[in-house]
Amino acid sequence: MSTLTALARAQARMADVAQRVATVRHVHIGTRPMVLVPLALAGEANAPLAALVGDDPATPRLFVVSQPRNRDERFAFAAELASVIVPYVEGFAATTEQVPAERGETRARSLDAPQLVLPNRAGIAFTRLLGRSTRFRRPDGDHPVDPAVPVLGRWLSFLTERAEHPGSCLMLAATEALSLHWASGQSELEDLNLATLLAWIDPPPGVGGAAAAAVGEDPLASPPAGPVTDPGFDNDVLAPLIDAFARTTEAARSESGASAELGHAAVRRARSALERALTGQLLPTWQLVWRALELLRELPAGDHVARRWEADRDAFTGYAAYLRDGGLPQPRRDGAVAAARRLNWLERAQASFAAQRAFDDPLVMAEYRMTGEAFAGQVVAADPGRVSEGAKRRVLRPWITVATADPVLVMPGTVVTSPARRGQKAQVISVTAAVAPGPVHPVMLEAGNGASGPALVALELSGGMGRGLVAPPGSVPEPGERVCYSTLTADYLPIAEFPPPEQTPWTHGGPPAPYEPDDEDAAEDWS
Amino acid sequence: MTDTEARLDQIRGAMPPRPHNARTIAALTANPGCVRRAILDAAGVDKPRLAAASGFPAPFGQSRFAIARGNAFEALVKADGCAELLRLLRDKLGLPIPEASYADLEDVAGSTSLPVRHARTRQLVTRTAGSGADAGTLFDHPLLTLEVGGRLAYLEPDLIAFRLRDRFHVVEIKSFAAIDGQADPDKVAAAAIQSAVYVLAMRELLARSGRDPDLVADEVVLVCPKDFANRPVGALLDVRKQLTVLQRQLSRLALIADLVELYPPGISLDLAMDETGVPRRAASELAAALEIFPARYSPECLASCEMCRFCRHEARATTAALGRAVREELGGVEYVDTALRLADGEAKPGGGQHDAAALLRTAARLRAESLAAAG
Repeated sequence: MSTLTALARAQARMADVAQRVATVRHVHIGTRPMVLVPLALAGEANAPLAALVGDDPATPRLFVVSQPRNRDERFAFAAELASVIVPYVEGFAATTEQVPAERGETRARSLDAPQLVLPNRAGIAFTRLLGRSTRFRRPDGDHPVDPAVPVLGRWLSFLTERAEHPGSCLMLAATEALSLHWASGQSELEDLNLATLLAWIDPPPGVGGAAAAAVGEDPLASPPAGPVTDPGFDNDVLAPLIDAFARTTEAARSESGASAELGHAAVRRARSALERALTGQLLPTWQLVWRALELLRELPAGDHVARRWEADRDAFTGYAAYLRDGGLPQPRRDGAVAAARRLNWLERAQASFAAQRAFDDPLVMAEYRMTGEAFAGQVVAADPGRVSEGAKRRVLRPWITVATADPVLVMPGTVVTSPARRGQKAQVISVTAAVAPGPVHPVMLEAGNGASGPALVALELSGGMGRGLVAPPGSVPEPGERVCYSTLTADYLPIAEFPPPEQTPWTHGGPPAPYEPDDEDAAEDWS
Repeated sequence: MTDTEARLDQIRGAMPPRPHNARTIAALTANPGCVRRAILDAAGVDKPRLAAASGFPAPFGQSRFAIARGNAFEALVKADGCAELLRLLRDKLGLPIPEASYADLEDVAGSTSLPVRHARTRQLVTRTAGSGADAGTLFDHPLLTLEVGGRLAYLEPDLIAFRLRDRFHVVEIKSFAAIDGQADPDKVAAAAIQSAVYVLAMRELLARSGRDPDLVADEVVLVCPKDFANRPVGALLDVRKQLTVLQRQLSRLALIADLVELYPPGISLDLAMDETGVPRRAASELAAALEIFPARYSPECLASCEMCRFCRHEARATTAALGRAVREELGGVEYVDTALRLADGEAKPGGGQHDAAALLRTAARLRAESLAAAG
């Protein structure tokens, strides 16, 4: 939470409709995303109850577990889910392009990649556990399962792991993707509810955000987006239907002849009643997720979105190849080295995602201007031809002076860059308080009674101006130009060095035993 | 009956009192500054009913499936004189003895009266504490007491084990799963603070009986299902931090007597129920009475307090309703309207608001400028 998003929330509350906190889209929305809305049985670690899944908003596939505690039914559910998700995911691996790799070589990259969209973070957590409980299974042995089940488990594990990478879009939670772009007039906690969040962003015509959100909170009008179901629905609707299904199944089993026929018909009726009830719980969320995707798609994509999606495609291509080569399922837990490496990777991804968003979006950059890590203003003076005596030769080092109303906290000596001229470095020479009005932006004067008055920042530029002693036109900001400089860097951050796993120090448990999934993993209870 | 009790009885009205339990005590640590909650809880008001009657029913319910699952798991752990649990305690915690006795304190010779059960628990626990015996004992359904805001609350931990490493250990049985050794951190945190309530109550019990309160371990045993199956797994949970928080909040919790004194006598939240149990008191009247006791609403209340929707509605114009962080980021300005007027420069900052106003104006300028730049 920053002051700017807090202000946006306050404005949303007052305007009774959500306010933008991004001017461009920072997530990739695929050409053919797949939506998955899972429901789980309350109180259980990972008992699937039902799911709507598909890549066409008009034709969701419904899968239902009519006896949620029955192991066979769970695996049947996993196999059904696999029959939709696995072909969808693996279909993207078929078409690749060659892209340059290290040392002049090339490597394959899938032209496109799957994108699985869930209603919320809790849905992703449920999917992660579903992946965990299915990836070790085997199609043979004492507890054989459908061959697609362990494949589904590996893909879901891969995608949910990827969902933790800042900026990755292979798996999205609709609530998070929306929150990155809009501030609602409710709290962050309430934003976890997809129905109320969307109510603020996209209320029905003639209805205010707060009133629409109140409807979104009513479990009868807007069933929860899962995976946890509404307790009222559980007690009043679901439990009797599950009992009825169990009863009719039991009765049909003991009948024969004509009464068996009747019994089967009763089972079918009980099952379709259950399916209808669950569809009623799932369908509103299904529609909300697609609506969220539609709203996001309407925003213009930020400059770095395509590049981050390339990284996603690379990760997808890599894992598809790994699976094709018979790769093992992901271990239950990372070893020390793998965990440290992953953490380092996540930190770097976080930093570069934040910087890229700021470069792509003035509204995100404004957050850094607020905290003094960035400043924007007008160039009031420029010496584009300034030449300085370098160590070996004379070098072009233009100076510019920027007048800004932002609270400037950067110290002289700091190197800053501008999103408009990323190849050019600017070293802060001095920061002085502006006194006379002069060519200063009018807003700045008004801000003068604030905590931080207008300032003049002198910068020395280097790079991005060719090799000569005369700067090419346009390479040095001219007086009058609006510029923005920040300490952010989207540059490559060095990867921390870690020992190979076989040299894990004793402080970290020593070298881990090589991971090999065993029969016990495959036979694990799922009850 | 003391004055305070009479006042609290009057506030509650004709409904029988609902005492504190470990969950409500734990919740006090989440929002200790809320006078409304402190008084309602101390008076034993039936908050779910009150919330519904005031037009803002609590958004909580418990699924039949979750209850069934919880009960089934607890029954499994406690089956056959806690055989599964003993196995766990031996393997995991090195319970040294081959045999452990089991004492069920759910009723005392058929009596389920709370004071009787508590007396029995106290008698057994202090005797064991003084015996120096080697034998382990599992106390099932013990009944403890804890003074909260000057009033006594009865508490029922799942189990108390003696002696593990010469200490009493509170055992908490939860039905959320620990998968690959990891459980949901929020649920573990909730279990930890609840268990800390029991540890505190046990320590008070021993202290009152002249025993060493440190006989109660500050580690509790958390038992939950392993992975996706029903087999229990146990872990020791260090609740020292939770104990500190709890003790601080309980001591800070102004004595209810002093708190009640602050408000005019005669306030009643009586629901005026008719013989069919339907409240006849007007919602507006209830709301007016409730509003006398100031609440300290924040969105976190939505997860724990039955009155949350009422308080949220009441607080809808405040920045705190948007989240504590939002309020802080807006310079601590209380109302949304004021914050926006300060940001626009429409309102002149009042005393102590100058820094907040400058911050808000900068934020408003940056926001407007950036949105305009993007077109």
